Amino acid sequence: MKLIVAIIKPFKLDDVREALTALGATGMTATEVKGFGRQKGHTEIYRGTEYTTNMVPKMKIEVAVTSGLAPRVVEAIQQAAHTGAIGDGKIFIFDMAGAVRIRTGETNDTAI
Amino acid sequence: MRLGYLTWGMGLAGIALAAPAFAQDAAAVVAEAAAADPVPNKGDTAWMMMATALVMLMIIPGIALFYGGLVRTKNMASVLTQTIAVASLAMVMWIIFGYGLSFGGDFNQFISAGKFFLAGVTADSNVATFTDGVVIPEFVFVAFQMTFSAITIALIVGGLVERMKFSAMMVFAIVWLTIVYYPVAHMVWYAGGDAATTGLIYGWGALDFAGGTVVHINAGITALVGALILGKRMGYQKELMAPHSLTMTFVGTGLLWVGWFGFNAGSALEANGIAGLALINTFTATAAGVLFWMLTEKLLGHSGSLLGACSGAIAGLVAVTPAAGNSGPFGAVLLGALAGIACCLFVMKAKPKLGIDDSLDVFGIHGIGGIIGSIGTAVTMLAVLGGPAGEDYQLGAQLWIQIKSVVVAIIWVGVGAAIAFYIAKALTGLRVTPEVEREGLDLGEHGERAYNY
Repeated sequence: MKLIVAIIKPFKLDDVREALTALGATGMTATEVKGFGRQKGHTEIYRGTEYTTNMVPKMKIEVAVTSGLAPRVVEAIQQAAHTGAIGDGKIFIFDMAGAVRIRTGETNDTAI
Repeated sequence: MRLGYLTWGMGLAGIALAAPAFAQDAAAVVAEAAAADPVPNKGDTAWMMMATALVMLMIIPGIALFYGGLVRTKNMASVLTQTIAVASLAMVMWIIFGYGLSFGGDFNQFISAGKFFLAGVTADSNVATFTDGVVIPEFVFVAFQMTFSAITIALIVGGLVERMKFSAMMVFAIVWLTIVYYPVAHMVWYAGGDAATTGLIYGWGALDFAGGTVVHINAGITALVGALILGKRMGYQKELMAPHSLTMTFVGTGLLWVGWFGFNAGSALEANGIAGLALINTFTATAAGVLFWMLTEKLLGHSGSLLGACSGAIAGLVAVTPAAGNSGPFGAVLLGALAGIACCLFVMKAKPKLGIDDSLDVFGIHGIGGIIGSIGTAVTMLAVLGGPAGEDYQLGAQLWIQIKSVVVAIIWVGVGAAIAFYIAKALTGLRVTPEVEREGLDLGEHGERAYNY
């Protein structure tokens, strides 16, 4: 089992969701986050006082999948979230030790 | 107000209620009442009641929202609370002794004395307007002037936000209204029986139609002195202190602009052509202020901004206040444009170097705009600019009177404000603790939040 964490541009969330649904991934968690990488922030000016914002708003998505599905999920996210401009984000892949569906008590592959 | 006012007929009910100490005055008034007994015009009265309510709208919620939007989320409730509390305090003080010290009757060039607790003022007492034989009910005049004292103290809040104790604000307001506002209002607007009892600045012939000196220079200088004594906010010019809601500030700007029609056109004290002139000037100067502030931003290499537009509107409104009935509509445009440019340059270029945290630019907009308007009024009077000056108008002489008045006001206000702030400091400590400042005054001073979501 793999946990795939991706930081993407917020407006790409729907594209990514559609791509994953098409692949048969049955769930996903999305969180609004802030951060910085190579993309720089922006400057705001109020009555002459400048404030530089270093953190850029991003969307973090987390998807737990079986090991077999993982490479195709990563590929789908990469293609769906891609614009070619700086700030498209990153995908991180973790090995996952276990999973439990709370309602039924099912574990691991059957739980995700 | 271009002229002061005199008390006309006073009702018998009021005389019966007056304490023995007032008996002599009352007797004199009865004689006067018998001589001439003009009746208030219903149109004038209706307009002045409307104008009074419009000025109230400028305070609650106009200036409160304008200022509130400019602070951080954690201090929003404290700004709204301070504004409504000091304005309410000013209203109560006004009928106890504020009106008495400002307009209550002949005493000297610096204060009036009389009509404390509005003793002797009845539904039948009237005050003269600027036209011979025209009067409005005295209660309406008292209420109209009451709102002016309330908005002036509320304006000062903007220089002191995000760090001053609520208790300090209230103590300061009591002292400041007593030793600064009431004397200045008397000096600029009170016409007494003779030169020794007429207000000093009014006696010189200074022009202040709706309060460029009494309201705006007064508030601007006081906020500057207060910001200096109070010190900067923690993290000033280092941490993010961006306005939490420019939408609120925009709504506040709209309420101020609309309310200002009551403030300026109401200062004619009648529903007539002069009020109409003040009305149109309150449009044109403000519009010019909006455009020229944004243009100045552009020329300084920034984008024209919403906050710039709102700030320019206030700068234009402030500058046209003393000139409202003393200028043609194009003179008002010039005044608004000049204020938009000068206030923008001061706020964006000079203030960061001064290192004084006049947080919401009360001095930068009301102080600078008020000085430009008060001195500029001498120029906008000129007939060549469409102003109402007559043939015998002496520009140089009037200019000198205006400058002299501004200097006297600045000195009086500067010293009085310092005294008021130091008294508040001695009694309350003036400033919240660093913990409260960090946490926000909403929770620390009032135990509530403006927003729960």
